Amino acid sequence: MARIIVVTSGKGGVGKTTTSAAFATGLALKGFRTAVIDFDVGLRNLDLIMGCERRVVYDFVNVINQEATLNQALIRDKRCDNLFILPASQTRDKDSLTTDGVERVLNEMGETFDYIVCDSPAGIERGATLAMYFADDAIVVTNPEVSSVRDSDRMLGILASKSRRAESGAEPIKEYLLLTRYSPERAKLGEMLSVDDVQEILSLHLLGVIPDSKAVLNASNSGAPVILDEKSDAGQAYDDAVRRYLGEDVPHRFINLEKKGFMSRLFGG
Amino acid sequence: MGLLDYFRGTKTDSAAVAKERLQILVAHERAERNKPDYLPMLQKELLEVIRKYVNVGQEAITVTMEKDDNREVLELNVVLPEPPDSHEPRAKRKRS
Ligand SMILES: Nc1ncnc2c1ncn2[C@@H]1O[C@H](COP(=O)(O)OP(=O)(O)OP(=O)(O)O)[C@@H](O)[C@H]1O
Ligand SMILES: [Mg+2]
Repeated sequence: MARIIVVTSGKGGVGKTTTSAAFATGLALKGFRTAVIDFDVGLRNLDLIMGCERRVVYDFVNVINQEATLNQALIRDKRCDNLFILPASQTRDKDSLTTDGVERVLNEMGETFDYIVCDSPAGIERGATLAMYFADDAIVVTNPEVSSVRDSDRMLGILASKSRRAESGAEPIKEYLLLTRYSPERAKLGEMLSVDDVQEILSLHLLGVIPDSKAVLNASNSGAPVILDEKSDAGQAYDDAVRRYLGEDVPHRFINLEKKGFMSRLFGG
Repeated sequence: MGLLDYFRGTKTDSAAVAKERLQILVAHERAERNKPDYLPMLQKELLEVIRKYVNVGQEAITVTMEKDDNREVLELNVVLPEPPDSHEPRAKRKRS
């Protein structure tokens, strides 16, 4: 039985797709058979971030509507044998995702995968609520900024009340905070909420802090999840987060200002 | 941080303002969503009962639920209309 992880945030553009791609790749690299599903129907993007946009033939909605089998729709990652992508469809029909349909596909995938990562769209419409409905774990992606923190808290409320686990009275969804686009410099200057501030407000288990990094744009430009850029700060931060998720005790990094030389402090940089 | 900032030691600290605003807002929104779902029904039925005796409008009644660490308080607030003239018995007026 696969473990289902939803990557959610409420607010748009905070890094859900970046995180889903990195996290799924990280889990696959650790040897787990992993699938990542794009729930952003109408605005497919995960395929681009994963670098498989030209290999999309069938999509999630085709499988739900039984126009294609799961095996026909799943795209095997070029770099990693046990990683598969299920792209979203570009149809404009928002109602094409149904609870029963999603459940059936997840059940079928559950037989062969260890982890299923669900990349949620922004907002609280059907795509977002269905992405979280069947989840076992939730990664709440948050930027250190007022509207993102507020929306994250809103999502926590929905996770706790409108999910399969909540409705069936099972053990609640495990929630993790992933603070992304963090800038220790700006937090130090008091221009940006700090890790501690956000954690205090949301009181969630901190899975990791992903620095605001040029490597992320580089990665999306080339269609390779940033976790594969092992030398980059963001890549390492995602790798740490995956290891923490898997139970390793990994100290947090990228939270405090790296000590800079006097010259670089003087002249900025 | 550039040369000037370094010597001035500029610190904006708008983050402290953000944190405080968020703490208040999040607490309020959590309380809102943790309301028991019988509240609207309770409010409606209470209103019907009260209307048997006093002519009050829909907005005259509010029912709130507040929770702190060791107790829950259900608060019922009814605003009664001003009597048409001062000879009316005032017994029905809510004391505040
Ligand atoms: N750690 C980071 N550092 C720098 N840029 C980042 C970081 N994380 C995400 N971004 C950038 O932010 C933008 C939005 O990222 P992404 O598409 O992952 O967000 P999203 O939450 O999936 O958006 P949507 O809500 O539209 O689905 C992208 O341009 C991405 O490159
Ligand atoms: Mg996205």
